[in-house]
Amino acid sequence: MFYREAGDFKTTYADDSQTFPIKFDRYRYWAVLAFAFLVVPFIINDYWLNAVVLPFLIYSVAAIGLNILTGYCGQVSLGSGGFMAVGAYACYKFMTSFPGMDIFSVILLSGFVTAAVGILFGLPSLRIKGFYLAVATLAAQFFLVWLFNKVPWFYNYSASGQINAPERTVFGYAVTGAETHAWAVYLVALIFVVVLAVIARNLTRGSLGRKWMAIRDMDIAAEIIGVNPMTAKLSAFAISSFYVGVSGAMFFVLYLGAVEVGEAFGIGKSFIILFMVIIGGLGSIFGSFAGAAFMVLMPVLLKNVMVGQLGWATDLAAHFEFVIVGGLIIVFLILEPHGLAQLWRLAKEKLRLWPFPH
Amino acid sequence: MTMAETYQTPDGRTIGGQVMEMKNITLRFGGVKAITDISFDIREGEIRAIIGPNGAGKSSMLNVMNGFYHPQEGEVWFHGKKRGPMKPHQIAKQGIARTFQNIALFSGMSTLDNIMTGRLTHMKTGILKQAMWWGPAEKEETENREVVEKVIDFLEIQSIRKTPVGRLPYGLQKRVELGRALAAEPKLLLLDEPMAGMNVEEKEDMSRFILDVNDEFGTTIALIEHDMGVVMDIADRVVVMDYGKKIGDGSPDEVRNNQDVIDAYLGVAHD
Repeated sequence: MFYREAGDFKTTYADDSQTFPIKFDRYRYWAVLAFAFLVVPFIINDYWLNAVVLPFLIYSVAAIGLNILTGYCGQVSLGSGGFMAVGAYACYKFMTSFPGMDIFSVILLSGFVTAAVGILFGLPSLRIKGFYLAVATLAAQFFLVWLFNKVPWFYNYSASGQINAPERTVFGYAVTGAETHAWAVYLVALIFVVVLAVIARNLTRGSLGRKWMAIRDMDIAAEIIGVNPMTAKLSAFAISSFYVGVSGAMFFVLYLGAVEVGEAFGIGKSFIILFMVIIGGLGSIFGSFAGAAFMVLMPVLLKNVMVGQLGWATDLAAHFEFVIVGGLIIVFLILEPHGLAQLWRLAKEKLRLWPFPH
Repeated sequence: MTMAETYQTPDGRTIGGQVMEMKNITLRFGGVKAITDISFDIREGEIRAIIGPNGAGKSSMLNVMNGFYHPQEGEVWFHGKKRGPMKPHQIAKQGIARTFQNIALFSGMSTLDNIMTGRLTHMKTGILKQAMWWGPAEKEETENREVVEKVIDFLEIQSIRKTPVGRLPYGLQKRVELGRALAAEPKLLLLDEPMAGMNVEEKEDMSRFILDVNDEFGTTIALIEHDMGVVMDIADRVVVMDYGKKIGDGSPDEVRNNQDVIDAYLGVAHD
């Protein structure tokens, strides 16, 4: 009833190519943003921040990153965990080497370092495709984790082999370290997520995004209409790695605070992010958010139901959690291989006609 | 073959100088000779057809022209310059666009986006400006969109602008693919069997589009086609290939009466 294109005439091509062509969507978008910036900071507490909101925000950035590479450019990567580790360790080195630098610059610089590493490990993609590329990125995953374990320079020769986030403040409020304010941490993460999501959307709807999608859908035809496969693939690797690196840095400084590389950024992390992208929907920014929300919320929800409602033992619930989440992923892939984003699209198509579908 | 610098077609168009010249092209795949010592030229503003039985090497010839294959011997001259070893995407930037025998559209994208990819060689804003979607990036997007909309109008596919191309019927997909090549505003347009698998009506539409492209935009066209009726009607000059060799070259009438061509198509009696 409210969800209509009718009467909303586009008179310029700029209007026609905007992100939310339907008025209702635009209002909803601004409403969500206003809620996230103006309401949530006042009601958020430590439990919600650490159990739900912060992992969701951080994983969203990682999922957008992998979606750029896998969903938009068609290059499968199993190295996201390793690239997150690069972001985290770069962040740690910047913070300890330049104590005066503010947290935003540090996280951004970590992203750029990861982008450079991503280009390096993206080079095989110029020669190999599909499963073989996935295996090559898997090598990146294991190599990077091994590197951060073996070379003490990366963790400043600390005895435990861990890295710990030093305290940093933004306008006098601590956002990293031991004593943080939930709302301040939340706002820092939110700013990164919103800005990066908007940039990702702009890149993917412009000429760069079309180059990536052309390479994904048919690389030979793409080359013949003038796409340089080398720059297209490497730019996808660079930008994707930038996002994943930023999320790794945030994961370290804002969320965990202390990191042991094998535990925090192991192969499991790569798979979780890949699941997010696949469940959310390949080639969709919204899908990245939906997938991240699914993978973060589902375990929390299941735990609450099994431990809180049914009164099961924690270890039993933890095991069942794996079974159920795993099962759900399989069911999901069979029933809706195009992910949550496709369900959302179908819902919107139905909404357009509702309540008079004929 | 010697020819005057320009000549008039029977329907009154003027054909200019050489756009592309193939000189003694030989292409081998291992021991197999796909093309043997073929020379011909394409002149500005003409519709040049390449015909021949299956496996004659026509598609290979097109692949040589747009740089997908590199011939072992021979030279390709484009706009009076010898072309060095170039990658297909560099050749695209020089102004050669093509369509494929089997449709090669980007199935995950809408019709509009597919045709917009044809403009990629004309879009130059950097990553940072695109990321902000400000000023130059948006302006460039809009300008190119205008060109694309003209192509969409020309091909009469306005109604499927936002439809994912995977959902379109075959004939329309072929048309979108032609649109993608046209959006690049090519100097030379290569069409690999633009009418394969079409019914008579679709063939008529496609022939009309090809003639209109040539007429309105003055685009030089080289096409491969199996439908002799269509070729004889729309082509200005025809190259005939058989088993990788050139067996005929000339106007449709000359080719039609060439004994070698008749033998290749109808067979010869061996006694």
